[in-house]
Parts: sequence; structure tokens; C-alpha cells
Amino acid sequence: MSSRGIRDRVAIVGMGCTPFGEHWDKSADDLLIDAAYDASDSAGIDVRDLDAFWLGTYMSGVAGLSLSRPLRLTGKPVTRVENMCATGSEALRAACYAVACGAYDTAMAVGVEKLKDSGFSGLTRHSIPGDGIGGTLGTTTAPANFSLLGPAYAEKYGVAREQLKDVFTRIAWKNHRNGAVNPRAQFRKEVPMETIARSPLVAGDLGIFDCSGVSDGAAAAIVVRAEDAYRYTDKPLYVKAMSVVSGAADGSIDPGYDFTTFPEVVASAQEAYRQAGVTDPQREVGMAEVHDCFTVTELILMEDLGFAERGIAWKQVLDGAFDRDGRLPVNPDGGLKAFGHPVGASGLRMIFEAWLQLRGQAPDSRRITDPAGKLGLTHNLGGGPGECVSFVSLVGTELSG
Amino acid sequence: MNGVIAHGAYLPHFRLPRRDLGAALGTSAGTGSRSVACYDEDATSMAVEAARVALCGVAVRPGRLYFATSVPPYLDRSNAAAVHAALGLDRAALAVDMAGSPRSAIGALLAAADSPDVTLVVTSDVRIGLPGSGDEREGGDAAAALVFGPGTPQTPVLATAVAHASSTDEFLDRWRVPGQAYSHTWEERFVEHLYRPAAEESFAAALKLAALTPGDIDHLIVCGLSSRSAQQFTRGSGVRPAAVSPTHNNLIGNPGAAQPALLLSDVLDRAEPHQTIALVSLADGATTVVFRTTERCRDRQPAAASLAAQINGPHRIVSYPTFATWRGMLNREPPRRPEPDAPAAPPAHRSAGYKFGFQASRCDACHQVNVPPARICYSCGARDQMTPISLSDVLGTVKTFTVDRLAYTPSPPMIAAVIDFDGGGRFRCEITDSAIDGIRVGTRVRLTFRRLLTTGDGVHNYFWKARPVNAEPRGSS
Repeated sequence: MSSRGIRDRVAIVGMGCTPFGEHWDKSADDLLIDAAYDASDSAGIDVRDLDAFWLGTYMSGVAGLSLSRPLRLTGKPVTRVENMCATGSEALRAACYAVACGAYDTAMAVGVEKLKDSGFSGLTRHSIPGDGIGGTLGTTTAPANFSLLGPAYAEKYGVAREQLKDVFTRIAWKNHRNGAVNPRAQFRKEVPMETIARSPLVAGDLGIFDCSGVSDGAAAAIVVRAEDAYRYTDKPLYVKAMSVVSGAADGSIDPGYDFTTFPEVVASAQEAYRQAGVTDPQREVGMAEVHDCFTVTELILMEDLGFAERGIAWKQVLDGAFDRDGRLPVNPDGGLKAFGHPVGASGLRMIFEAWLQLRGQAPDSRRITDPAGKLGLTHNLGGGPGECVSFVSLVGTELSG
Repeated sequence: MNGVIAHGAYLPHFRLPRRDLGAALGTSAGTGSRSVACYDEDATSMAVEAARVALCGVAVRPGRLYFATSVPPYLDRSNAAAVHAALGLDRAALAVDMAGSPRSAIGALLAAADSPDVTLVVTSDVRIGLPGSGDEREGGDAAAALVFGPGTPQTPVLATAVAHASSTDEFLDRWRVPGQAYSHTWEERFVEHLYRPAAEESFAAALKLAALTPGDIDHLIVCGLSSRSAQQFTRGSGVRPAAVSPTHNNLIGNPGAAQPALLLSDVLDRAEPHQTIALVSLADGATTVVFRTTERCRDRQPAAASLAAQINGPHRIVSYPTFATWRGMLNREPPRRPEPDAPAAPPAHRSAGYKFGFQASRCDACHQVNVPPARICYSCGARDQMTPISLSDVLGTVKTFTVDRLAYTPSPPMIAAVIDFDGGGRFRCEITDSAIDGIRVGTRVRLTFRRLLTTGDGVHNYFWKARPVNAEPRGSS
């Protein structure tokens, strides 16, 4: 048995992404139509001529009908997929694998989420009849689950809690700074570090400004066989690797787990690097969009993805290594933090930023300096410490030799 | 007749000073304090805690459970079943409620004394009244448990009920229509006029049956929500003043249905061999039960904390607004979060061993503890090779924790922790009875049975939380 991947077998030839934010005047249907037509327009193809569709949504619709109905697709295979906050990435993975295996010539992956209609703060859960005790995660909220990471990291690596709070603040400040120049981002203002540091606590050491934006939005990608790519664009984005790891959910029951890492992320990253033939991610990855649902998550991810050695990512964050003009730009579009996190759309939004940056289409005001020839990495996480699914993709503009 | 072979008292962790109560309402509410059940406690959950104290270190398994309370969390279904499940009693053990009034506690006690089986009596009460009422001021929240049985060499009879007598009278001293939260009471002087003769009749009859005189009584316990009636009877009883047992009402209030067993447990902790205890309960008439302690009455299970230790042990002060919120008298703005789902009946029943009894499983192949019980071991992957193991009495250590200010809880913020049990097993749960600064990495904790919340359709969601061991009285670890 072996996971072989589909390196260079498919290409993304068109993408669309709505602005993320509070779309009080748009429904999930509206957002899906906007994103799907943006993507098809950019590929110069009619949506109805695509062969197959995968819709990712966490809780804004059920079944393929949630896409085929608003797009009025007739006679097409349309499937809804869900993998918590990695839902958008899962839609892309399905579309890519379907094309790679030869079942279809063209496919669309589209993700959408309409979170603001619930009226609640933060994410809500699906209501599955249960015994009322919330499984092994208990009844805590997502920020509380992720807030378990900080104290454990501080303890393990001898970082003062106050110093770690500065690291969180630096990450939020960077992502807000990136989002400030991105017209599609939910939050388009720089936020002073003092404001971030003093924001009211939500859970543990995490304040409001350590949490990603709750928003509405949609994003879409059109996938074709690599050899067909130039029929649609002169700048295709080749898929180098895609890896999903769903954990055994044993972090909350295994005393061996120490809350300073996501083993699922480590495994999915290593698998993706292997598929793409990447041996030195710090040199070969030119930009990364990672799942900064909370600032502490981005810190841990820098080590789990191999962007920094264990125990030192906090220093590199403070040194600016992951700033837009740093040695490895992370979340140059603002990330979940500033761009917003409409769950089912986020994985495809990450790919959208790689699409813009690696192909030189990001505007000068926010273009990263040297992505040429390097790969883009997207990392999408669902769940939390101890129980999660992790997705890692690598994309590039050149076929490997 | 069976004797008392074990007993236990449970006081919740909070007290409301009457001075604070008076200040909040702009009235004079007297001195001292009353005990207050935490927001996540009810008669059932406190009954479980009292029974755990009583059964701690006791080798016998009760074949019957009688649960008495004036505030049954459920009607039309038995609350004793939840207590039975939480204690992990045998499926064949009878578990029934004797609910509705403090009088039912005496009925449960006498029925247990008469029972052919080893019988656990748990009594529990949460006393509330309208703001400013005597019930609110003088009431208290507590639970107590007694185990009656024939005794064994390891678990000997501590005291035997040698006689009892009752008088029953129909009168309106207090009443509450089902569905109402607060009781109505009649004028105290009318009530005294009836209780004193009722108590004297039962006391005289019981002493006659036991061939005793008031001067023979070594410990007189007088219970009843009409404290003036109780005092009047006590003064005229003929029992030596030094033999009158304290009610502790000044510090913990009067816990209604829990009071007789609570004060009996208190006396049994102090009594010497071959002493006589008279327990007089004034409720809808009166009942007197005479106990005689045995040679081995000092051989109490060593691990349990006495009522005295709990009264004098660690506790926290609760403010009047918080107290009023916990008891549903102050309807506060809920968090902007969806209300948690109600437990669904089939999954709750499937997991009852864990949800109520905290039964985990130990892998026969690698011996790792799986919490909750699992079919496939997280550690070695062995399938269906598990042995149930109860962890409800196993201590744990906080591995990491957080304060969740967003979570839906009746008393924000929620403190949640990852706990590693001694001997293996990890559990993520809520921390209760603790201030935020009472929890650190490394804090030692013990599980406690609580009501997480009550859902919109009235389902009480019971489960286990953890509380710091250093919040408990000495002698309990």
C-alpha cells in the first residue's frame, strides 16, 4: 500500500473568490454564484460545460443540490463534501483526484459558508443526537480548545507567558497588516499592537484579536488535466501534492499528548513534501497560507510544517521571518485572522492567494518579493489540538523536470 | 432490624452570609450563613456525593436505595435511578424516590431500618424561598446518606434503631403546589401550637417502647423547618442541655429533608459506644427514632470527611446576586451562543455506564486506560478486549487548563482542564467549585457528579466534573 499523490497531473486554470465579511445582503446561493462565475470567467469556460462539481460547506447547505440548484446545473454530478474547517480543501482534493484519475476532463471545486446569519458569536456545531457530554472534547468552545496550546508551549520551551502573548500579538498584527491592503479581506485596517494585546480575553490567554474573523464568503477553482492547462490559461497552477490526515482523536484521551504540536499536521506535511519531492521546505516553499484560526495555532504550525525548528518559532515570529517581506511569507492575504473564516470557503481562499502570488497577479501593494520558481503551500485544519483533520497542499507554476 | 453500618454528609462548597443577603435586599437578615448548592448541583447530584462519602471504603453493596427530597429534579420518573447509576449499584438493586416533603426523609429512614436488604438512604435538599423570606434566609442546601444493614466484621453495625414512634397531623404549616418554586407558610405561632404536642407524643411513645427516660438520652437531635417549634420542644423535653446536639443552622442553615440524616451522621461521628441517640423530626406531625450505638461505633470508614470537618473546612462565599442567579430568581442575559443540545434518550442510555457511573475501560492487551470506554484501544489498537474500570474515585492531576469565556454555562466563565488520572487515563472536563486562580498545572483534582445544565425541554444533563482536592475538607483524601 502506498500513497502516491498526483504530482503535476492536474492544474488549476481558473479561480474566483468573493470578498469575505458580513454579507447581510447576500445568501449562500448568491455567494456561490459569484465565486463560481468568477472562476469560470477567469478560465474562459462556461460553468455548464464543466464535467463535475464538488461543493464544500460545513453547515450552510446539504447535498450537491445546494450548488446545482442556484447554478441551475442539469444532468451533472454534484457532490457536497465536509471535513470541518478543512472542508474547502476537501472539495478541491476531490475535484483534483477525479480529473487526475481520468474520470472527468474538467471539474469545479467550490466552497461556501454563511456564518453571520446564525446571530451567534463564533462557530456553532452540528446538532447530532448525543449523550449530552460533548464527546472527548467536552463542552468547551474552539478558542478554549486552542488556548490549551499556549501554556503547554510556554512550559515546554521555557518561554514566559507574557513573552508568548507578545508572539500572539505579533502574529495578529502581521496578519491584520497583510489584510489591510487586501480588498477582499474582511478586516482591512492595521491594528496597533497595544490594541491587540489589550483586547478582552475570550479563552485562556487568547483575546478577541487572537481569533479569526467570523464571516461569509465563497471561493472556487477550476481543475483540468495538466496537459490541457494551456487551453485555458497561459499561467496554470500545477498541483504538486495534496495530503489529508484525520487523527485518531486520541489527544484528549492519551496522557502522552502534550499540547505543543498537532501530530496530524506533521504527518500531512511530511506526506505532502514526499509527494512533491520537497526535501527542504524552508528553501523550496516561497509562500504559505496556513490555518491561523487563532494566533497560537499559527505559531505551532510554523514548527509542525517545518518552517522553524522546534521551540524557536516564537523567536522567528518576533524577528519577522514570516512577514510579507520576511524569509517565508505566511498568510500574505491576511489569513483567517484578517481575511475572515467562512469555513467551507477558507481552504479554497488559501489556494486563491497562491494563485495570485505565484502567478504574479497580486497587486504591487501586497506582492511578495520572490515567489518565482518556489512552491506555494496551503494548510487547512479542522478540529483542534488532540482531535483534528489536517490538509496540506503544494502548488507551483512550473512542471517538475 | 438492620443497623446503621455507614453514613456520610455532603455540604456544598458555597455559603451565603446572611449579612450580605440583608444588605442586598435592604433588610435585616440576621447573622451567620447558609450553605448554597453550586449552580451545577441539585438534589440528585448532592445525593450522589453524600452516598459516595457514606460508601467510601465500605465493602457491602446496597440492595436497595431510597432517595428522599423535597425538591425532586424530575417528576413522573424516578430520581433514584440517576443516583443508582452514578453509584454503579447492581442492576437488581431497587431504587425509589420518597419525595415531596422533609417528612419523606423520615419515612425513607424507617423503611431502610425495616428493610431485609442492605439499604442506602440518601436525603438531599435545596432550600429556596422568595427573596427576603425566612425560607431563603434560614434554609440550607446539603445531603446525607445512611446505610442500614446487618453488618459484617469489616463493616460493623455502628448504631441500631431500637424504637420509633410517630404522630401524624393534618395542618397547613407550609405547602407548595407542584410547579411552584417557593412554599407558602402559615403564621409561626399556629404552627408551634401543633408541633410541640406532636413531638412530645412521639418522643414519649418512643422512649416508652425503649424503656428509657429523657435523662437517659445522650444525644438529642431535633429537626424541623419550624425552628421555634423545635427549640420549644427541646427545652421542654427533659433531656440534659449538654446532650442536645447542635443543628448548625447558624452556619449552614436548615437543609430540610436532609437534616435528620445529616445531624445523625454528625452525632455518629462523635458518639461513644453504648450511647442513646433520640432523633426527633417535626414534619406533618412528628417522629422520634431512638438509636443505640454499638461497641464498634467508632470504627467508621476512615477516608470519609465528617460534617464537622466540612463545616469548618474550605468553602467560598457566594454573593447574593450570584446566589439569586443560580437559583433561577435572577434571569440574566444568556451568552450569545446556541444552547447546548439536550441529551437524547437512546445515546444517553447507551453511555449510562460512563455518563453516570464514570466507567472507563482498561485494555486487556496493553493495560492502558481508555476514557471513555472504547472498543478499540487508542494505544495498541486491540479490538474488543476491554475490561470495565470505574474511575469516579480515582484522583487526577491537571495537565493543562483554560478559562472559556465564550462557552455556554449558567455561571461563566467555564474553567476546563485536561486531567490525567493516577494509574492512567486522560479526561477533559469542566472544573467546578474553584476560582480561576485555584487551578494550576499540577493541581490535584477529584471527580464530582454534577448537573451540567437543564435544557429547554427540561432534561437535566448530568455528568462528572473535577474539583481541586485542596477545596475539600481534611480527612477526605
